[in-house]
Amino acid sequence: MKKVQIIILAAIAISVAALISFMGNLSTYQTIASARQKPGKTVTIIAHMDKQQPMEYDPVKNPNYFSFYIKDTLGATAKVVYHFEKPYDLEKADQITLKGKMNGDVLEISERTGIQLKCPSKYKDDPNMAKKELTQN
Amino acid sequence: MEYIGEHLLPGKIGHFFAVLSLASSLVACLSYFKATNTKDPLEEKSWKKMARWAFGIDVLSVFSVLVTIIYIIGNRLFEYNFAWEHSSRALPLNYLLACIWEAQEGSFLLWTIWLCVLGGILIKKAGKWEAPVMTVMTFALFCVASMILGIYVFGHNIGINPFILLREKMTGAPIFQRGDYLSFPQMQDGQGLAALLQNYWMTIHPPILFLGFASTIVPFAYAIAGLWTKQYSGWTKVALPWTLFSACVLGTGIMMGAAWAYESLSFAGYWAWDPVENASLVPWLVMVAGLHTQVVYNATGHSLRATYFFMITQFILILYSTFLTRSGVLGDTSVHAFVDSGMNVQLALFVFVFLIPAYWLYISRYKQIPFIAKEEQTSSREFWMFIGSLVLFLSAMFIIISTSLPVINLFRKEKVSTSDDQAFSYNRVEIFIAILLGLFTAVTQFLRYKQTSGEYFKKLVLPTAVALVLSVLVSVFGGINYDKYGAGFMVAIHLAMFAGIYTVVANATYIYSGMRGKLKAAGASVAHVGFGLMLVGILFSSAKKEVLSYNTTGIMLNFDPEAKQNPMENITLLKGIRTDMGKYWATYIDGDSVDPRSKAEFFHVRMEKKDGTLNFDLYPSWLKSTKGQAQISANPDKYHFWNKDIFSYITASDNPSQRGEDTVQFKSNPVTIHDTVYYSKGYMVLDSVVFNPAKYHFGRGDTAFMAHLTVVSRDSMRYTASPVYYVKNNASEFINDTVFAQNLAVRFMGIADGHKVNIGIKESSTMTPFVALKVYEFPQINILWIGTILMIIGFIMSIIWRRRQTRLSRVEI
Repeated sequence: MKKVQIIILAAIAISVAALISFMGNLSTYQTIASARQKPGKTVTIIAHMDKQQPMEYDPVKNPNYFSFYIKDTLGATAKVVYHFEKPYDLEKADQITLKGKMNGDVLEISERTGIQLKCPSKYKDDPNMAKKELTQN
Repeated sequence: MEYIGEHLLPGKIGHFFAVLSLASSLVACLSYFKATNTKDPLEEKSWKKMARWAFGIDVLSVFSVLVTIIYIIGNRLFEYNFAWEHSSRALPLNYLLACIWEAQEGSFLLWTIWLCVLGGILIKKAGKWEAPVMTVMTFALFCVASMILGIYVFGHNIGINPFILLREKMTGAPIFQRGDYLSFPQMQDGQGLAALLQNYWMTIHPPILFLGFASTIVPFAYAIAGLWTKQYSGWTKVALPWTLFSACVLGTGIMMGAAWAYESLSFAGYWAWDPVENASLVPWLVMVAGLHTQVVYNATGHSLRATYFFMITQFILILYSTFLTRSGVLGDTSVHAFVDSGMNVQLALFVFVFLIPAYWLYISRYKQIPFIAKEEQTSSREFWMFIGSLVLFLSAMFIIISTSLPVINLFRKEKVSTSDDQAFSYNRVEIFIAILLGLFTAVTQFLRYKQTSGEYFKKLVLPTAVALVLSVLVSVFGGINYDKYGAGFMVAIHLAMFAGIYTVVANATYIYSGMRGKLKAAGASVAHVGFGLMLVGILFSSAKKEVLSYNTTGIMLNFDPEAKQNPMENITLLKGIRTDMGKYWATYIDGDSVDPRSKAEFFHVRMEKKDGTLNFDLYPSWLKSTKGQAQISANPDKYHFWNKDIFSYITASDNPSQRGEDTVQFKSNPVTIHDTVYYSKGYMVLDSVVFNPAKYHFGRGDTAFMAHLTVVSRDSMRYTASPVYYVKNNASEFINDTVFAQNLAVRFMGIADGHKVNIGIKESSTMTPFVALKVYEFPQINILWIGTILMIIGFIMSIIWRRRQTRLSRVEI
């Protein structure tokens, strides 16, 4: 066997190992109910904000504590604690992707990137908004 | 129905040219195809002539489409969806073009424009390669032109028509029931360019990035042409300047994006491994891998098969990136991707119409591609360049597979995504890639092609020693003790630092020891020095990035039971109160909108070094959305030092638009002079009332009163308040005064019966103006930017050098 081939094989083996370790660290998409069964494991939940329940953010007291409630499509709700500032457009997002660990009934998020908003209006304009504007007269 | 006042002609003209460009690119493609496949030179000539004509018409059509769009936006024809959605009257001229590429269809148009420009150059320069190369180019033009077609075929939407009218897009809206809908107020102005994009980078980053994107097709087209015409090796020399150009421009575009992200998008950094960033990095990595094997082949005859593979793959990855960022599949994982526009099938097809024929051609002709049976020497340059390319390619594969999780999820039952610490899941692999690449880049230039004798290794001794000493110094005194991810990762950082310094030192010395200072030919070395500097800059600024705003105020820390384990990156500054911020004292001076028309609101924060050696001001701001929503985005500000940047952005404030309406009412208290008014935490005394106070520059015709009050709180602190009441245009106006320490607002509400004045009092808990912000220190960030610029310069030097070489070699033949 040529040494190039040996090196290629070794390199591929290493990259497969890297990928496997990467895969091992992935978090899985869960519903709120199934996430409760996996306390302490990093999970990804897609949900929307439950606006019926209180949102707590008082930057004068603590700018690094933000809590709110989410509701998933199955109707389950959970409290979320996010140890960063309140994302600007949280109320407007029609979908939120959350990555964190379930701690009892509370989803603890300790990475800043742990909340991602699906917000069509970030760069692109919000089609609903445009529609709304055209409807009023 | 008759619609009044619409300008329908420009749209018709524009759409006509969009269709014409599709048709003419198809004709050009078929003619070039014929010209390539025919054996008869006369026939070839006539096909070529026809193809050139068709291409000319295509170029004309594409530019006509562009001109029409500019006309529509420039004349504010808001009946067109494009103008209404993306532009507005207030938009400054320099963003006129920018709003073209804000739109998905507009960015496709940008792509076609660059393809036209590149195609024109190729017709002039490609010589015998024109027909096959242009077949590929015009086919791409055809595909991209279909993206802005906007017609329905069998219920499927093909492309987005940039000339669609607003009433055709929003068919349901009631205002279009009226023929005179254009006179309605909501039709008088467009939605404007998103506030976040109103940045000078928006005028320059997308065109450069798209030129990079568009140019990747040229080396691909040459590779396909080589396989197709079975002239397997003829193209590698003439296409080398193109490969360099593409790598240079795409790299520049990516780094401009990084600079923009660092400067304004409050990513808190220049690179976040966001899928959109990865999608353009990955083709670049493969392109650079291909560049190196192409150079190897030109010098030694090795690695031609690898070159074909890399050149095909990089372009397929470009198409795949286009699919990823525009189809909406990244919606959950990226902040920046386009949303789904109903073109997913078309975008996927765009990948496959290139992927299938290209790889089929490659696989079926693989055996015929010339190769050298004898193996490369381990001491040869080509061997290590090939290994380096392999590492680049594998690292690209790792990144793209990780980025593709949302696509992989489409086929899986159990959906997965990256761990919550996304950056680290990439960094822990890429740091080792960086070490390897750094070492290869440092050493390989010193090796000779074919075989390296001992004397060349001797030249390596000096730079190695220098780099070792330097990096030991950096490791010992540089203060890199980034232990967030354990000792292993920290060791890797130090190794990578050595690799980066080694690259810089070795390549810089090579210009003198290896090439005897022949700077013209030293493009590669200069680019490598740039790469090494980038590595050093990235490592320094990331590993030593310091959060200055760690919350140490001690206010209600118990509030958050998890506070100890979690980063507390935000700090709250109350207006006028000097707050402890690590090495600094920080004071929020005030928040102000500099220009009332401007959408930005600036916050003035004063930073004072505790040892008193340094004062400076930061002005982070908030941008209000132009798109009619009460939406806000933070715009950071930074303070440059020669060796670091202090970077800050606002995360919360008591801005009224953020906290909503203040519903507390003023409570009225009729009083005379020296009377006392009570509030919950004390009382106040009306001292005097002044007519037309000089402070506010009221004229003789105005009526204004200012009340002077002394406020005494329960803890006997005294404050003053001077609210003003005035009448303007027969309407009462107020200038309130506030006592922040008491959360108290005072208003002079008017004159009551007799000699009484009405003093209004409002107490509110949310009144103290404050900002919550993050402040970071990025050390040595300039090394990254200097490295980037050097790398670009190196690329340009190489392009010039290699072009001269090909021209000379052509003369020799």
